[in-house]
Order: sequence, then structure tokens, then C-alpha cells
Amino acid sequence: MEHTLNKVFQGFYKDSVALMRLSRDLAEMAGVNEAALMMGSPSNKQILKDAGLLADDGAAAEGGDLILAVRAIDASAAQNAANAIEPQIKSQTRTTTGDTVWQPQTIRAAAKANPDANLALISVPGEFAAAEARKAISRGLHVMMFSDNVSIEDEISLKTQALEQNVLMMGPDCGTAILEGVPLAFANNVTRGDVGIVGASGTGIQEVTSLISNNGGGISHAIGVGGRDLKDEIGGISTLMGIDRLDDDAETKHIVLISKPPGKDVLPRVMKRIKQSPKPFTVCFIGATDLNLPANATAARTLKDAAQTALGGKEFEEKISSNTSSLGGRTKIRGLYSGGTLAAETQVILLDAGLEVASNAAVPGAKNLTDDGDAHQIIDLGDDQFTQGRPHPMIDPEIRKEPLADALADNNVGVILIDIVIGYGAHPDLAGQLADMLSGMQGENDPIIIASVTGTEQDPQVRSSQISALQAAGIHVAGSNADAAIAALDMLGINS
Amino acid sequence: MTSDTDQSSLLGGKLSVINVGLDKFATELADHDVPVVHLDWKPPAGGDPELAALLSKMGT
Amino acid sequence: MELIEKANKEAIRRMLGAEPVLIDVVPAGEIVPDLKDKMILHAGPPVEWNHMCGPMQGAIAGITVFEGWADDLEQAASMAAGGGITFDANHHHDAVGPMTGMTTVSQPMLVVENRTTGNRAYCAINEGLGKVMRFGGNDAEVLNRLAWIRDVLGPAMGKALRDMGGIELKPLIARGLSMGDEMHQRNVACSGLVLRAIAAAMAKISDDSTALSEALAFISANDQFHLNIAMAMGKAIMDPVRDIKGSSIITAMSRNGTDFGIRVSGTGDEWFTAPVEMPEGLYFAGYTEADANPDMGDSTIVETIGLGGFAMGASPAVAGFVGAGAASEAANYTHRMSEICAAENPEWTIPSMDYLGVPSGIDVRLVVDSGIAPTINTGIAHREPGIGQVGAGVVRAPMACFEQAVRRLAEKVGIS
Repeated sequence: MEHTLNKVFQGFYKDSVALMRLSRDLAEMAGVNEAALMMGSPSNKQILKDAGLLADDGAAAEGGDLILAVRAIDASAAQNAANAIEPQIKSQTRTTTGDTVWQPQTIRAAAKANPDANLALISVPGEFAAAEARKAISRGLHVMMFSDNVSIEDEISLKTQALEQNVLMMGPDCGTAILEGVPLAFANNVTRGDVGIVGASGTGIQEVTSLISNNGGGISHAIGVGGRDLKDEIGGISTLMGIDRLDDDAETKHIVLISKPPGKDVLPRVMKRIKQSPKPFTVCFIGATDLNLPANATAARTLKDAAQTALGGKEFEEKISSNTSSLGGRTKIRGLYSGGTLAAETQVILLDAGLEVASNAAVPGAKNLTDDGDAHQIIDLGDDQFTQGRPHPMIDPEIRKEPLADALADNNVGVILIDIVIGYGAHPDLAGQLADMLSGMQGENDPIIIASVTGTEQDPQVRSSQISALQAAGIHVAGSNADAAIAALDMLGINS
Repeated sequence: MTSDTDQSSLLGGKLSVINVGLDKFATELADHDVPVVHLDWKPPAGGDPELAALLSKMGT
Repeated sequence: MELIEKANKEAIRRMLGAEPVLIDVVPAGEIVPDLKDKMILHAGPPVEWNHMCGPMQGAIAGITVFEGWADDLEQAASMAAGGGITFDANHHHDAVGPMTGMTTVSQPMLVVENRTTGNRAYCAINEGLGKVMRFGGNDAEVLNRLAWIRDVLGPAMGKALRDMGGIELKPLIARGLSMGDEMHQRNVACSGLVLRAIAAAMAKISDDSTALSEALAFISANDQFHLNIAMAMGKAIMDPVRDIKGSSIITAMSRNGTDFGIRVSGTGDEWFTAPVEMPEGLYFAGYTEADANPDMGDSTIVETIGLGGFAMGASPAVAGFVGAGAASEAANYTHRMSEICAAENPEWTIPSMDYLGVPSGIDVRLVVDSGIAPTINTGIAHREPGIGQVGAGVVRAPMACFEQAVRRLAEKVGIS
């Protein structure tokens, strides 16, 4: 009989990425139907309950306890699996960067022991992230908050506090930054140069910095601000502070802003701030129309446009050969994106070509996926509905598997668009993983797959190696995401 | 501490990081020769978010 | 929060500005405020007879016979159970006591004066190791020793201290730290320093060389003699820190064998208690965990001022003795404790840790936030009365009392 077993490790913390890796190993053990390892917070317990994985022991666990939950074909299979995984749970993967055994447990102690520290990089679970950030800001540290699931109220209070202390509050949900030439979290190893970036979007920053770097330019600093910074509630506090910093930075000669369209109250404030600057700006508010820009600013419709404008209007074209013969009358584009801003960029390009577009993260002019009719579908796989209790698709590309199978089987889909975002933080071999995934799925008359690789030759995964791996698997590779979208239009015979 | 920003640098000094969370980030920073202290982090207040929030307002 | 930070600054100023001096030894009845006949002060937060642990009840029976309030232990116990004796906590009477912490009228009390603020604190004289009253011992040997302390040692020490003008304790502790003491489980250096400081004066005031010889021999033979002096000193330092509006600094930590209790400056004299935990440590030959009594005593006042478990780095030998791990790990205990303290004491430093000051001023917010419980070095008493010390170890203060204190402090400063 199917059996659910919970084992609680009291006061035992492991980070969520480590736990997800262990969960996957546990789930693959003999006789196991479902498994998870989670800290015992109320929200996690609800997830376990919904998954039918919560037993009495787990229900009694506290937030600081680790719950091992396994549902297996019978009690002994559950017990065997739990026993097998336990040594891995307990093995410490401790990273000491100094030579001392003592690792501080608190920001306060770490700051005291290391008075030169100037940035706190916070990636703890969202429910604790704001409290940690508050501690960092009050000690005069800049904060990059990778954590998401932080309330907008907390974001407002943190950014207000950061403004008072004159430190940068990057995030929450800030995936990417490049400061003093150092890539932080999910960022690429780019050439240093004179283009400064303030961006509300991680993959947007990655695409623009990589394109600039790959086409002869360089980056001074890229400041992430988190996806909600330009909403009216937040008021663009970090964006404006970021512009201040880049304005004062002698190295920065050109500033690029990347975001979704700002709130209507924030927009004029940003425009006013740009106007005060002596430096030229490129403004890429993806999906925005009719921007009334000051004279020192140029609008960019896409990320690729933004990169080209920042390099003084240099065109970087990389056409890929189009072959429409095998489409067999199928007419739809399906985008399966790990990067939300790349998904948005594709929507803009499709909308500009006069197409009907639907997305789970719709830009202005696109429809919601639920009432798509027969529009082209652009799916953001980094959206909460896919990542609840799982890592982001840039870490765990398995998320793409089901939607990919659906798209391949869909007789209307002629072209599948895929983004491969490499760099620090990302999966070590996304291209190889995609090729493996496809090898078991493809049949006759499949849709054409077009991908682009965001990243550089200096990244750990090496961009050209990723491109070769994709091409070897029969995937078309474009020079940028925008080029991939345009190639899709070409292949479907639509004039962009 | 950082209110008198050094003009030669965005952050008022050479990047030096306290990493709170994923240890992978600390390793990558160390690979770039960035000084980094990785916290032996545990959920604050024994994993009680309400108490943790209360404490952070009391200035920990 | 500004109110709390300012209040804690003041608390630390008072702690570090204290000038404790051992000035006298005086019978408790003459000097301890509001101490009456048939009244027993005990260690820890207040506790009723029927909630007391075995050693505490044993000690109470013994001291009742010693004071002549009962003829034998049985009569003493029924008297205590029947309400014939008034109980209260040492901490409510400017006093502290190790383990069971018995304080009654006729006992000679060490008097430590804080010369900065003028307040005084009291602690009985340490009886030595093994079968002693503070571990619940109560037979004739124990009672005879107490009588000798009362009649011979106490008066002699008092006279000598008055004659020499007292012993300044701050520099004595500083030297002791550099000699490997942490002043809770290791006092061998400080005990020697006290003996060295007082011996000449005791000889000077003595007209009985046999009594003098016995007194000096008793102090020489007791490695923990200084513990009780350190405790009175701790109380004298921390009492002026009580009741600073908004301060989150812990002013007392104490155990009665049943509960662990703390007081926080900003919440005044309220105790926050939680069931006390069992120490983890090493046992003397022939004893095991099964023999151990839960943790007990006011001696945690030394951790409250940054010594004991907080100064483990000064005392690698203790790390081994209390079973806390390798000597090389001792410094990590001190580092860890510095995460929950507001300051370091610049006058009490640890040479082997590059003269790091001992972590001082335990901030209850930091304890709860970090989940780092204060580390306490402790002796382990046998659970049966009358047997005495069976080991030494480390005990962690239970987190629940710190959580209660944080919530109350938040209420008091208007944070929700």
C-alpha cells in the first residue's frame, strides 16, 4: 500500500537549491512516487500537503526544521529511500573562503569581522530576505537581493531606508548585476567598457551586456533594481539612485535603462532625471509606446536595439538560413522562454509584425494565454506557475520538458523559439541538456526550433560551444533573441 | 560608512561581499578574487518569520 | 531602533565603567537586605518547595539543620514543605549563590562593592569540590565545614580585607584571563592570585597560627575558591544596569534546577523562564548522564558579564574539561558568543585571540535572531541530594525565555 513518510531534522538548515537537488535524487529512488525536502515553514508545509506529502511528523515541524517527505509504493520502500538519502543530507558542503574554521552566522558579525565589506548578496528564502536586507542596509552595506517572494510593502520600506542611508537596494528579485567588473549572481563575463546599465530585468541586462560585449563594446557597471522598481508604488527609487551613481561614475559614458513600461507617475520623474544628466541615454522600456524622451535619450524598441544604440547605432546582423519547405502548413510560433524579458522582446517583435500574440506574461497589446484563441503563444517558464517549489529554468531546464513536448506535438506550431541563457549561476550545459531532451521526443515533420544563446565566450559554458551543441542537434541558432524572432517570422513567410 | 562615496568607484570601495544564502555565489565571487564572507546562515528567530520581522524592526 | 541602541550604549557604559572591589566578609544576617530568620535564599528564579529538584531540597534540609531551625533532616524537610520557611531568590536580595545557592542569616558573605555606583553584592564562600552543600550535600562533614567557614575563615577574611583596604577585582580578572582562567569552570589562576593578595594581611591580623594555617590551606586547596568572588563581582557589575528604558541587554541569567530564568534591562525585574536543559559534558569516573541533575545555580552571572563560556578562548584547557571539543576550538566559542553581544571589554582581553576583548553585554535581540544561545560552562550535580559534583559540561540556555523577553521588550518600546 502506498505510504507517506516524513522525517524531521530539528534546527537543520540547508539552502533551497541543495534541497531541490536532494529532492530530485530522492524522487528517483526505487519505489518512490513523490518526494521533497523542504524547510518546515508554513508555506512549505502547505506545498507538501497539497502534494500529498505531509504526514503528522512533518506537520509538527517548525520553520527552522528540515522535513524529508517521501511517498512510496509501500512503507519499506519509503524507509529505504529515506535511509539512503540521509547521509547526503548530513554531509556538509561548507565553503570557507578564509582560513579560519569560524564562519559568522549573522550579517552583524560578518560586517564586524570584515570592515571593508560593502555589499550583501542575499539569496535566502523570501520570507526572511527582507529582515536580512534591513540588517545589511542599517550597517551601510549595499544590497543585492536575489530572493523573490518579498512583499511590495517590504520592498518600499527597504528602498526608502536605502535612500536614507545612501546605499543601493538592488532587488528583490534581482537576478543580475555587474559591479566593478565583477558579475554577480546570474551574470555574464563581459568586457569592461563605458556603457552603464540600470535594469529592472535580469535576462534583459544579460542580453544587452552580452550583445554589447560580443560586438566590440564594454560595460562599466550594470545595476539591477528588481522587476517592480518602476511601478508607481515603489517610485523608481533604485533606478533613480542607480542613474545618480552612473552619472557620477567617470568610467560611464553612456547609460542604458531596461525595464517593462514604468508606472504613469514614475515615468515623468525618470524623464526629468534623464534630462538633468550630461550623458547620453538609451531607454528600452519593452512594450512601451509614445515615450516622450528628452533630447539626450534615444528609445530602443528591443534589447538588440538598445545594445546597437549604446554602441552608437552599430548594426549587428547575423542572418540565419531560412527553409520553409518543411513547415507543412503549420503557421504558429511557440516561444518557450526561461528569460521573462526575452519573452517580452519576442512579443514586441511579433506584435510589430502585426501578429496576434498571447502570453502568460503579456506585454501591452498581447493577450493573456487563457483567452488566446489561435494567437502565437510566448510562454515565460520563469513565471511562478512553473517555479513554485522548483528552481528557475535557468538552473533546472527540466521545466521546459513538458511544454516542449506539447509544442512538438501541436500540429499548428511551425516554429519553436527557445532562449539559452548562460553565464554564472546558470546550468553548466543547457545546450547539451536540451539536445538530450529532444533526442527522445522528435519525430517526422517536427516544427523548426530556433534558439539564441545569451552570453559570451568568457562565460564558464563558452557561448560558441553551446552554439555548436545546439546546431549538432539540428537547432537553428540566431545571433540574438531578436534575430531568432525575426528568423521565425521569415520562416513563416511573414514580413517583419 | 559609505555616504561619502569615493568617486573612483561605484560602491565607494573595492567590491567586498557578505554572502547570505546560496554558497555557489560565494564560490564564484572567490573565483574572481573578490573578498567574500559566506555566512553560516540559519533562518532567523528559529524559522519564525513573524518574530524575525519583529526583531529586524527592533534593529538587529 | 534608536531608543534601544542608545539604551544599550548606556548599559555598556555602566558595565564597562564598573569598579568592583572585594571589601569584606560579613554574616548574611547583618548585611543582606530583608533577609530574616527562617528565610532561605536560593539560586535561580523564584521556585516553590514542591517544584524544587532533589539537590535543592537536600540543601534546604541541610541548611535548616545548620541554622538550628530543625533537629534533623527529616524534620527540616517537613518544616520546609509545611510553609515554616520563607523562600526567595538570591537575586532579589543583592545576592547570588552557586548551584543550589543557599543563603541564610548566619553564613559569611563575600562583599563586593562597585565603587563607580556604590552598590554592593553578596555571595557565600566557596566550600570546595566534592560533597558540599551547593551540590545538595547535607551530612555532618558538610555541616561542620560550613560551621568552620562561619566561625573561623569568614571572620578572618573579613578582618584581613578591611585591614588591607580590599582587593580590586578588575585587574585581577584581567591577569586571570591571561593565565588561562575563564572564571566559571577554571578559577585556578584567580584563586592563586586572591591567595597571594590576601595572605600577608591574614597573617598580620591573626593571633592563632593554627587557624591561620588552616585558613590558608583551605584556600590553597580549592581551585574554585575564586568562583564565588567572581559571582559577587558579576552581580555588583550588573545590578546598576537594571531598568534602563529600552535596553535589550541581559542583566541576569540564572537557574534553580527546574527553570532557567533571565532578566533584561528594559523589562525591569521581570523573570522570563523556561524549563532548564541538561548539561552535556564529561563525567567523573563512575558517573554517567543518568546521574545528572538539570543545570542549576546563579553562577551564570559570570557569563552575563562576558566570562565563563564567553571567555572560552582564554581557557583552552576548559574546552577539553567541559567536553566542548578540542582545545583549538575554544576560540570559536568566544567568536560565536561575540555574535550575540553588544560590545567587547577592552580591559579583559584574550592574549591568544590577538587581545580580543571578552564579548560583553548579551543582547537578547541578537540571541533570538541568530538562534545562538549563550554557552554556559557548568558543573554537573548528582540528581540525588548529598552526593555532590559528578562532572562538568556545557549547557545552552533555553531559547524560549529569550523569545518571551524579546516580545515583552517589543511591547514596552511600542513595536509590533
